[in-house]
Amino acid sequence: MTFAKTASALLLTSFLVSPAFAQEIDRPECVAPAKPGGGFDLTCRIAQQGLEKQFDGPMQVTFMPGGIGAVAINLFNTTRTDDPNAIVAFSSGSLLNMATGKYGQWGAGDVRFLATAGTDYGAVIVRDDSPYKTLKDVMDALKENPGGVVMGAGGSVGSQDWMKAAILMKSEDLDPRQMRYVAFDGGGDAIAGLLGGSIQVYTGDVGEMVSHLGTGEMRILAAMSDERLPAPFADIPTAKEAGYDAVWPIVRGYYMGKNVPDEAYNKWVEAFQAAYKTDEWAALVKDKGLLPLDLSGKEMDADMKKRVERMTGIAKEAGLIQ
Amino acid sequence: MDAVFSGLASGFEVALDPFNLFLVLGGCFVGTLIGALPGIGPINGVAILLPIAYGLGFKPESAIILLAGIYYGAEYGGRISSILLNVPGDAGAVMTTLDGNPMARNGEAGKALSLSAVASFVGGTFSVILMSFFGPALASYAIHFSPSDYVALMVFAFASLASLVGSNPVKTLLAALIGLMLASIGIDANTGVARYTFGIPDILAGIDFLVVVIGLFGMAELIHLVEQQAAGTLKTLKIDKSFVTLKDLAFVKWTILRGSLIGFFIGILPGTGASVASAVAYGTEKRSARDSSKFGQGDMRGLAAPEAANNASAGGAMVPMLTLGIPGSGTTAILLGALLLFNVTPGPLMFQQRPEIAWGLIASMYIGNVALLIINLPLVGLFARMLTIPQQFLTPLIAVLAFIGVYSVVSNPHDLYMITALGVFGWFLRKLDFSLAPVILGFVLGGLFEDNLRRALSISGGDWTILVTSWNSVALYVLALLVVAVPVVVGRRRRARAEDASPKAPA
Repeated sequence: MTFAKTASALLLTSFLVSPAFAQEIDRPECVAPAKPGGGFDLTCRIAQQGLEKQFDGPMQVTFMPGGIGAVAINLFNTTRTDDPNAIVAFSSGSLLNMATGKYGQWGAGDVRFLATAGTDYGAVIVRDDSPYKTLKDVMDALKENPGGVVMGAGGSVGSQDWMKAAILMKSEDLDPRQMRYVAFDGGGDAIAGLLGGSIQVYTGDVGEMVSHLGTGEMRILAAMSDERLPAPFADIPTAKEAGYDAVWPIVRGYYMGKNVPDEAYNKWVEAFQAAYKTDEWAALVKDKGLLPLDLSGKEMDADMKKRVERMTGIAKEAGLIQ
Repeated sequence: MDAVFSGLASGFEVALDPFNLFLVLGGCFVGTLIGALPGIGPINGVAILLPIAYGLGFKPESAIILLAGIYYGAEYGGRISSILLNVPGDAGAVMTTLDGNPMARNGEAGKALSLSAVASFVGGTFSVILMSFFGPALASYAIHFSPSDYVALMVFAFASLASLVGSNPVKTLLAALIGLMLASIGIDANTGVARYTFGIPDILAGIDFLVVVIGLFGMAELIHLVEQQAAGTLKTLKIDKSFVTLKDLAFVKWTILRGSLIGFFIGILPGTGASVASAVAYGTEKRSARDSSKFGQGDMRGLAAPEAANNASAGGAMVPMLTLGIPGSGTTAILLGALLLFNVTPGPLMFQQRPEIAWGLIASMYIGNVALLIINLPLVGLFARMLTIPQQFLTPLIAVLAFIGVYSVVSNPHDLYMITALGVFGWFLRKLDFSLAPVILGFVLGGLFEDNLRRALSISGGDWTILVTSWNSVALYVLALLVVAVPVVVGRRRRARAEDASPKAPA
């Protein structure tokens, strides 16, 4: 009887978690501001595996879903502004939110950008049996009737998935508001929608296509990069080659709270710079479907702020903000 | 077919490797405990343990087998706190409380736990068998399920849930409406506009399902318990040694099969998971029962149906993940991430490139189901004794666990305020004799219904006829109509017959 009671009580208390706070980087943590399984999760896994040898203890990945990063940036601007242990994953989507004011009062000046994990590019994808053989076929159909092609992706109107489609429309001076865009709940559902025939064109990412490349189910019509990408994407033409000025890089990286002491910030920068030099890092980034982009510290912070500025410009053109 | 048998044979070779077998059993056991804790369900269980499994340096197939064991175990374990404490551990276990907890209060806790373990076993095994033989075909059917078909499915779900309309239909409808209102909070998925967030960033993404379940159900139940204790009306429960009998199982055998079938098919659809599956299974069962007056007061069928369905849907959700690389639920999304972490690419190529992982995982599910039944039946007695822990110890313990459970998922203190506020709100609703299940279902189904309706209309450019253009949709609308109409017609005919017969009966 007593045993049973003790056992049940033990069983109930065996999963206590205790947070700790200190000024040293003794509990490295990567915050993925989303539910598990998505791009932020992936970004944190890269830090977790890539920085394994740089810290004594294992890096913990925690999840903080909410408003594509809004909850995280809010927390790191209110209570954890100087947490030396935690880095937060972000992507171009987060930069876009800063640019369009989706994070409320918090903008690019309210965080300390730390380092990049890698980069990816937008991709125009159709089902294998689609009548559209090239990007030009899609664009011609759009020119004829801007609402005639059902496009879709994993984000809402105004998200970066929508921006990719909007930039394509813009490159031919078409009004993005006239396109027929279907917002799915994440890339997985959007791919299911494409394969199932609900949408005709999916504006996804090049990286997520790695796992679908050899299956013969989908074709990538164009990569939204400046130049051709390395293998296994070398055969994919860029939108620029086809004559459309539509470039959408997707940077993935990490930021910290803005009041983190320089000492801790520099330690993190050094850790990333040391990791960048290893072959394991390059292999890791490639395995996760990203292309190399090694930026850290001040240089990276400046680059990100420039990107936010550029996005503000595009968002204005697309009519997202005044 | 030959390929399936040879694949399964090679899979069992992997899964029966002593180390992997140990991992399946260990994963199932730990999973059951995790699932039994209020607030920690399969999603956070797998998410929390993923880095540990990775850190231990297992081979990919071993790590995936371990995680799948935990996933399965947590689905089994989720029923325990629902039945004993009336606090569902996760979304899929909400329907289990409806008849499971009354059974426990009637002194049949052991029977409820053992019956639901058997129902879970049948549901789980059923879906693994269907998956191994018809997986690829089913997956390609599942992706052709378009947004307009989802709308029809939600209409069907709402129709079958009309059966939940209890003693007071107006209150039930109001409760469902409250659920719909809660679902509309957050960034609108279509246009990106924030709705009813009042500038609070923490609810920009909407209120998490877990927060609603733990708040409305868990916290409200705790407040209710404390109130009863303060008033001295709390009944202490005796230790009960009841256990499910073969006669009971014979009584619910068709219920379990129906629940398994419904659960599996809803599970394979990407985007709908255990919560929708168990709700539809419960609703259909209550609707089709000849005598449904006991539902909600401890009817075995009301427990067996959702339990079979939520475990069948756990297996069903694996189908699109393994065959297409598209996750069918939150937990499979994490398993997908785990596969990618080990540089294994899920999808059709996995069965050719890494057969030991694909088939090893499937074989381990067969073993896991058997193991869970074996683990769970003897534990019934131990778990049932949880009810004998004096309330003054149990109540705070559950409260602490629920808070930790919610905090460990998201690490956002705002969620703790939310569950407290929702708990008080839920307690008020209970005081006013509202049933809380319709709130939760309005919340789940409402969100899915709205998203898919608007997706369908964006596809058609605003043309409503898209909703009835596919056979899937039409069939579901017909089923929805039948679910509502048949019990009414049958009931009327039975009453008419009874009236015909009554004059002949001696007065």
